[in-house]
Amino acid sequence: MDKISAPVPDAWEELVTSALLGTARRTPPGLAPGAEAPVALLDAAAVETVRRRAGLRPTRAAQRPQPAPEDTRPPLPAAAARRLAMLLADRPGTGGGGRRGTAPDLMELLPQWLATANARGYAAPPQLLPVLLDAARGRTDLRPAALAFAGSRATWLARLNPDWRFALRATPGGGTALPSPQDTEGVRRLWEEGLFAERVALLSAIRAGEPAAARELLATTWATERAEDRLMFLDSLRTGLGADDEPFLEQALADRSRNVRATAAELLSALPGSALAARMAVRAGACVAVDHTQDRPTIVVEAPHECDSGMERDGVVAKAPSGRGERSWWFGQLVEAAPLGVWPGRLGGRTPEEIVALPVADDWRNELHAAWCRAAVRQRDAGWARALLGTPAAPEAGGPGAVSLAERARLLSTLGSAERAEWVAAFIATHGLSEAFQLLGVCGVPWAAPLGRAVVDALNIARDAGSYPWSFSGVMGLAERCLDPAEAGRLEGLMAVPDEGEDASPGAGGYWAEAFQRLVTTLRLRATMAQELGVE
Amino acid sequence: MTQQGVRWTADQVLALAPDSASRKAGSKLGAAGPWSEAGSSDEGTVWGLCKGSGSKPYQTVIDIADAAGPAYKCSCPSRKFPCKHALGLLLLWAGGEGAVPPGPTPDWAEQWIEGRRQRAQEKRTAGAAGSAAGSGDPEAARRRAERRAVRITAGATELEQRLADLLRGGLAGAEQAGYGMWEETAARMVDAQAPGLAARVRELGVIPSSGPGWPVRLLEECALIHLLDQGWLRRERLPDGLASTVRSRIGLPASADGPAIRDRWLVLAQYDTADARLTTRRIWLHGTDSGRTALLLSYGAAGRAPELALPVGLELEAEVSAYPGTGQLRAALGEQFAPPTPTATRPPGVTTEQAAARYGEALRDDPWLDSVPVTLDRVIPVPDGDFWQLADAEGDSALPLSASARSRPGLWRLVALSGGAPVKVFGECGHRGFTPLTAWPEGAGEAVPLC
Repeated sequence: MDKISAPVPDAWEELVTSALLGTARRTPPGLAPGAEAPVALLDAAAVETVRRRAGLRPTRAAQRPQPAPEDTRPPLPAAAARRLAMLLADRPGTGGGGRRGTAPDLMELLPQWLATANARGYAAPPQLLPVLLDAARGRTDLRPAALAFAGSRATWLARLNPDWRFALRATPGGGTALPSPQDTEGVRRLWEEGLFAERVALLSAIRAGEPAAARELLATTWATERAEDRLMFLDSLRTGLGADDEPFLEQALADRSRNVRATAAELLSALPGSALAARMAVRAGACVAVDHTQDRPTIVVEAPHECDSGMERDGVVAKAPSGRGERSWWFGQLVEAAPLGVWPGRLGGRTPEEIVALPVADDWRNELHAAWCRAAVRQRDAGWARALLGTPAAPEAGGPGAVSLAERARLLSTLGSAERAEWVAAFIATHGLSEAFQLLGVCGVPWAAPLGRAVVDALNIARDAGSYPWSFSGVMGLAERCLDPAEAGRLEGLMAVPDEGEDASPGAGGYWAEAFQRLVTTLRLRATMAQELGVE
Repeated sequence: MTQQGVRWTADQVLALAPDSASRKAGSKLGAAGPWSEAGSSDEGTVWGLCKGSGSKPYQTVIDIADAAGPAYKCSCPSRKFPCKHALGLLLLWAGGEGAVPPGPTPDWAEQWIEGRRQRAQEKRTAGAAGSAAGSGDPEAARRRAERRAVRITAGATELEQRLADLLRGGLAGAEQAGYGMWEETAARMVDAQAPGLAARVRELGVIPSSGPGWPVRLLEECALIHLLDQGWLRRERLPDGLASTVRSRIGLPASADGPAIRDRWLVLAQYDTADARLTTRRIWLHGTDSGRTALLLSYGAAGRAPELALPVGLELEAEVSAYPGTGQLRAALGEQFAPPTPTATRPPGVTTEQAAARYGEALRDDPWLDSVPVTLDRVIPVPDGDFWQLADAEGDSALPLSASARSRPGLWRLVALSGGAPVKVFGECGHRGFTPLTAWPEGAGEAVPLC
């Protein structure tokens, strides 16, 4: 180092240029050329390198992002925050997994954890937002709950990271805060100038609080909206649908777009007091009557012979899908849209149960009952739903009957959760688990005690019958998520490996014990999770 | 202090896992289901029986109070260390008192703990006696050291020749010459028993393909190797401290013979880097009384986690001694007086301006230093085009984040934690930028590891 002379200013640039070209071609100014030049260059470069590094200074701060809005929700209890980190660490594709084994599938518990945390109104720990957003990115079913929990800081983050753009799309207003319904000017401006998604979000938000205000807002621009937008906007009226929506919907029945007309008609038919419902009642009533000339009273059906313009205007779709008779197609739509309340008067003052029990002439039974099922669901009529569901223990409830399992599941959803659970419990007690999956899906979580007991008993019977547990993996998975953790104690006896029966499948007993262990482990974990979230 | 009072967090437990598969498997076992007879003692022992696929449950026991982080014993056949059962049990313990209640230690756990503590005691006494007796023949050791010095001198001289040839022909040629030339030179330095030089030379090989500005970086690194060569060749004329630094940069072994500093050491960061042969773990400590920062290095064979594990947010009362060299931060962990326990203590911080100055000053003692450990107070992560920086909450200064920090998931943890508000950030600050390793939210809240 003692040999170097002071390099000229801008020395570093000169050194780099000389180094690139080689001292054989170019000697840096201030250094002696010749055999010693490379070493002199290295000496000078070493001094400059250390000088440059030692002289490093901070740069100018760039434009700072607007800080994320403050999350005013209370912070998660520490144990719950740790649990969330653990649930999120269990990402799919990180190896292992599968349905076997006794350890719980943590990712499956995340939706429930999020629902509980949201119900308790906790704020998400900020440092977990990236993993939470990554998880929601991979699983669309998780998004609504995950984003609600993640709160405004997640949308703030999503604006900085394109991987999380979905959070902006999924959040009302694309992350910009919606004006409050009282902010008339802000609402008007967003409604008139906003992007489509923002306008839908605005309309839904207002509809949730003040149904009439939303309808009036929609009416201000209705005539100028595009057909597909009108359809989406109209759909938002489903929330808080009431009698005072009728004039608006009646007017939409004359819409240029057929889809808009059909949606308006559907909404009107869900209002049993509406003029459309009354018109449908007349039309449907004309098709159904009781024939007293038979041995016992029998329903006879005379399906409409044509689909007139009045029917079309009220939303009846004239063209039948291929494979269906036109007349039965029209008939089904009329009965579906007619208020259920007209039938007792029309059919001899009978109760719904008595009506459903009446024989139906000429193979019209399935068509008629299916239409009543759709009407009961649309009009949320529990009385009719109960009648159509029938008794769960009836032999035909388990197999193909007038009412399919899918329709039963929809009918069940109109009943209160306790009644629903009781019906499904009785169904399982009679028919076992093989048909019950769909019905279990509409039951409230955690399962009510009688339902849980029925499922566990049925699993126990299936085990004794000697089949493998994976024939019931769907129900097992549901049970892990839905069984009340308080039931864990009742399962203790099932965790032991039973003696192998003669007609049992080889090894089944061990697999059942494993499956029940897994069930118990998961239930315990759920109980702990609930405790951590402050649920007693 | 009892173990029951302060439990580790799940993050701290998961930081012990040797790989992500173990982390996942351990998480699943961190629930009460498969465990029976789990318990813990005030002395820092946690035990439990875990139901596996066999008829006999595995016996798992952990000594959390061990000086070098937890020690584990499990009767399962896994060769991973710690195994998933140990991780699961620790998670259960971290979860709360309910699942792992305090109680008397069962015999099978007690036996292992006793055996361990006894062996550790014997080792300490034997170690003390051994070092007093000195190691082998000092004359032979001196001759070995001299022979090695001669070989290193030959290697350094050869490397100087190669660097001079490179500069004479021009760096532009290095782009075509490719990696092979550097690999060969690095192998020559290994033969010369100068592993530090070998590693630096190997790094030169990657620079020409490292993107825009590579000639500058190549010249810088060549110049620093030249500086190191020259330092070695004239080591007799250097002040003692700088000579030690040169020796350690060349790769000569040294022992941590600095005075033992007893302090309450806060674990600021722990992270691993791995190549095909070796996993290196770096643990940054901050002495809460002395204000000193120390670096503990530990190594694991390929694919295995190093044994020393001190998760972020713990504090341990221990002695630490520095390795030779001025401004040397590397230290060895000595005697430990209390087991690591979680703490809410945070290190004091500086501004970005002060952090940059600190790096500059540290280069006086060690010009080959890439970065220094610093805690930044009240900084905000700010996007700057494709880059990120940490900007002072008050004032206009900012430190750019290093390229490696930008590609880590920890960046987003940091951004999320900040939310545009000031945070406290510990990291490594140097000529490549700032690499954040740990952050603390402005209000109350635990340390968040970013690495």
